[in-house]
Amino acid sequence: MIAVVIGLLAVPLAGAALLLLFTRAEPASGAASEPASESASGAVEAYVPPRLAGPGWIAGPSPHWYGVAVSGITLALALVLAASFDYGRAGVAQFEVDRPWIPGLDLRFHLGVDGISLPLVVLTALLTFLCFVHLVRHRPDGGRFRALAFTLLVLEVGMIGTFLALDLLLFFVSFEIVLIPMYFVIAVWGGKDRAAAAVKFILYTLLGSAVLLLGLLVIWAHTGTLDMVALARAHGAGMPRTVQIVAFLAVAGGLAVKAPMWPLHTWLPAAHTEAPTVGSVLLAGVLLKMGTYGFARIAIPVLPEGAAAVAPWLGAFAVVGIVYGSLACLAQRDLKRMIAYSSVGHMGFVLLGLATLTPVGMNAALFGNIAHGLITGLLFFVAGAVKERYGTAELSRLGGGMLTRLPYLGSLLTFACVASLGLPGLAGFWGEMLALLGAFDPAPGLPRPLFLVFMAIGGAGTVLTAAYFLLMLSRVTHGRADEPIGDAGLPEEPLAETAEAAGAPRVRTPLAVAEEPVEPVATVATVAGPPDVPGPRLGWPRDVTPYELAAWSPLIVLTVALGLWPKLLLAVTDPAVQAFLGAR
Amino acid sequence: MIQTIDYAALAPPLILAVVAGVVLLLDAFLPRTARTPATLGLVTMAGVLGALAVVAAQAVKGLTLSTFCVPADPAGGPACSFVVDRLTLVFGGVILAAAVVVVLLSMALLTENDPGSPDSAPPVPGAVPGRAGRVIPAGEWYFLLLCALTGAVTLPASRDLIMLVVALELVSLPVFALTALKRYDARGSEAALKLFLVSVVSTAVMLFGVSLLYGMTGSVHLGRIAARLACVPLAAVIPGGAPVGVLVVAVVLVVAGFAFKVAAVPFHFWAGDVYQGAPVPVAALLSVISKAAGFAGLIVVLTVALAGQARIWAPIVAVLAAITMTVGNLLALRQRHAVRLLAWSSVAQSGYILAPLGVAGPDAAAASVTYLAIYAAMNIGAFAVVARVSRASERNELDDYRGLAFRRPAEALALAFFLICLAGLPPGLAGLFAKIVVFREIVQGGAGWLAVVMAVNTVLGLYYYIAWAGRLFVPAPGLASEPGRTSSRPLAIAIAVALLVSLALSVAPQLVLSATG
Repeated sequence: MIAVVIGLLAVPLAGAALLLLFTRAEPASGAASEPASESASGAVEAYVPPRLAGPGWIAGPSPHWYGVAVSGITLALALVLAASFDYGRAGVAQFEVDRPWIPGLDLRFHLGVDGISLPLVVLTALLTFLCFVHLVRHRPDGGRFRALAFTLLVLEVGMIGTFLALDLLLFFVSFEIVLIPMYFVIAVWGGKDRAAAAVKFILYTLLGSAVLLLGLLVIWAHTGTLDMVALARAHGAGMPRTVQIVAFLAVAGGLAVKAPMWPLHTWLPAAHTEAPTVGSVLLAGVLLKMGTYGFARIAIPVLPEGAAAVAPWLGAFAVVGIVYGSLACLAQRDLKRMIAYSSVGHMGFVLLGLATLTPVGMNAALFGNIAHGLITGLLFFVAGAVKERYGTAELSRLGGGMLTRLPYLGSLLTFACVASLGLPGLAGFWGEMLALLGAFDPAPGLPRPLFLVFMAIGGAGTVLTAAYFLLMLSRVTHGRADEPIGDAGLPEEPLAETAEAAGAPRVRTPLAVAEEPVEPVATVATVAGPPDVPGPRLGWPRDVTPYELAAWSPLIVLTVALGLWPKLLLAVTDPAVQAFLGAR
Repeated sequence: MIQTIDYAALAPPLILAVVAGVVLLLDAFLPRTARTPATLGLVTMAGVLGALAVVAAQAVKGLTLSTFCVPADPAGGPACSFVVDRLTLVFGGVILAAAVVVVLLSMALLTENDPGSPDSAPPVPGAVPGRAGRVIPAGEWYFLLLCALTGAVTLPASRDLIMLVVALELVSLPVFALTALKRYDARGSEAALKLFLVSVVSTAVMLFGVSLLYGMTGSVHLGRIAARLACVPLAAVIPGGAPVGVLVVAVVLVVAGFAFKVAAVPFHFWAGDVYQGAPVPVAALLSVISKAAGFAGLIVVLTVALAGQARIWAPIVAVLAAITMTVGNLLALRQRHAVRLLAWSSVAQSGYILAPLGVAGPDAAAASVTYLAIYAAMNIGAFAVVARVSRASERNELDDYRGLAFRRPAEALALAFFLICLAGLPPGLAGLFAKIVVFREIVQGGAGWLAVVMAVNTVLGLYYYIAWAGRLFVPAPGLASEPGRTSSRPLAIAIAVALLVSLALSVAPQLVLSATG
């Protein structure tokens, strides 16, 4: 079984390395794979040195299925891990690997899974796999698909590593691995303002990571160990209260940037909006969870006194985030941006659950994590599909009538939104409900009246959440179908026109400092889709494709399953949570 | 007094000095053909590798060798001027390994400038027409390079003040000449003059501090200075003898002298112009070898001679470190020229190297040296790629790097790796671990403010490193047509060596950690 744990990291890493070894260079705009960019491909070949322009890498076997295969193996390994996991002992780390790596830093290659990390590992492997399935047919413009596959595989190594690590520094290293790949995903394959968004993302999160590192080192300096298992078992023994508070502030500050907690969330809307669909899905589905996972795994169990001192503040910021996120959503004009802000609100519920320091609240947080990963992953997939078809995600330009025009897509959008707003019976409900329940009865030592206020505000937040989602749905999915065509473009080729307008001024430079515009690339492909599929009829783009359906259906199934049978997940997380909070 | 000399201990600098002489003779007597520069380069390389082999052998044996000793006398126990211990060997290894890359860069530069060689460059702009001939004389170049290396290898072994100063000058003086060796190049001459003036002033400042130390303790040997300062508690000094103020002044002056060499703020002004004006191999030499030598001297003086006076110098060094990293990063933010950016970024990196010394913990020197060793590998790699690109585009601005990933994927990936290493992020794990070592030392020493300053600086640094690395992957059709200069084998080897070392340190930083601590 240890081989499986190591394989979870080794398979994507080896897959990425193979891609690197066999890729000499790639055309700038994916000439091999994107039919619509043929006009650009001539220019591409003109400036690639002839030595590199051999057939081996342009016309060679396309990596359509390579990423699917590698991430599929990883997912299979994750499922094997889940199948052989001993659910009777979910509270302790299983399948531990513990080897010295860098003795000079006390850094051990210490991996393992328990009830807290197992669901997240499976979620990560699943979402990465689904992203690759989605990518088989739905490439973000920007080309260079091999590079994208390489980046996503490295990203997967970092994400899984974060959830498997049982050594503080190893956790930190994995936490950092995701930064550079995500930067490039946004900066190379992103939307119009990707340069600024990518830089903002990486600078913000690196600042958080640096502060997190300081907090971890404070813990290490006072306890002399980096072993998370031992530290969690010690429940803060050996660290005076002030040290715990300082360390908690640093660790929580670093994690709160990633989570993100209001007011440290400002990188998120830009990054989510500009990232390509797969980037948004992984960012919302997994990367945000790394922050809250860090709270549940490190900050609260290792620094209980610090957590108790700071928890009221954490709860306050969490409920402000809930309300702020909802209000911001009401004001958004862009679908992706709206979903991004909704993440701020949902992660507010997760943080509120953590702040209660009770088993109920912690379970709520872990449940909310998974539910948010599934639902928001689905939402971003659907929003990406909408943007791909309409050429824009601006609500005013989308117009209404999606249910008439694209019935399947419209229904899926409705389903995802309803799940996200916390309809009972779907996964989104339990995380929010349990978090509020946890706030009703916070851990002893925490001011109960304050948490009752938090609960009330959070409850109001759920109403606001429902308000903005329903408002959006009423504007986009209902109504008459001919609205957007009237005001968004010419009647002859309305959708292509909008796409041109959105895509043409793009300059493919990831950094704001670049001056001269470079050739625009692959602008029309966003709407037309692959040529083997019947092209768009007049104003009626294709509905959901089989690849999209394949990528989305597991998320739908799991959302329903967890909604109807929450014990499926709670039974796994609860023993670990009890163990972490037990000695309190 | 007859001193016995342990030639085994002296072997590395001796080899370098002897090869320097050989190179000069060969240059004078060898028939001048197109192959002469290459031959001289190979001789130089052999010398450097020989010295490196000796250092490695000494490290394997693990003995502490010392020579040029004076016997015990009433003034104190026996004291040696030249000591080969672990610190010396680590510095020697780092300096000589970096020297291998610098020699490779030099070989590429000198063949490029040789009109007789097949892949020679068109005349350098600014060269006076009609005075054809080598723009850079190879013999002198390698001679000066070897002289500087001799000094750099001697410096970490020096354990007396005079030897320290002499070795430091031996590092500095040849570098002035190397900077200006590109004839008819106004920028190079200006850079050399600036470097010369700054360096001479710093030497004067340091000599003043050294003389004060000698005056207070009556000894030039570092060990004896420490003993004197320890047996006379500072409180006792104040009433009768030298006031404590003198000691503070001496410490400040000595630190200031070394601060010039490592380009620490406020003595950093020369770095930008000099790095940009000098040939790229010299810039690499300045940023890695000369800097390593400066740090060797600083660490030796602070941790051997002034070990007991940490509470005087630690706050000074801590403030110096904080200012250095901040100013260096802020200056680097706005740079558009590749070498200038590396110049300011290496100023900032000096700040990170200084930081552990600012808390003066028991492992401070080890942390500094670890960072320095890893920094040397990644920085020299970045310079190697810059040297490669500057062959194609004389301007060498950041915009010339746009789309490098499509023109030269291997070099672009290597440069991206080095830059991300310097920024300290995975996949550049070497840089990340180096930063963790420094952070750990600071946090353990309890200097929280310095840790926060450094954390913010890490973010500042990332901004310009990632901006540069991002450019590599942006298509730039305008730069598509490259002049028909074929690739150069020494440069490719140089990049490969630096890349392999950086990768090795990423996977197993323990290699450095076990050597230093």
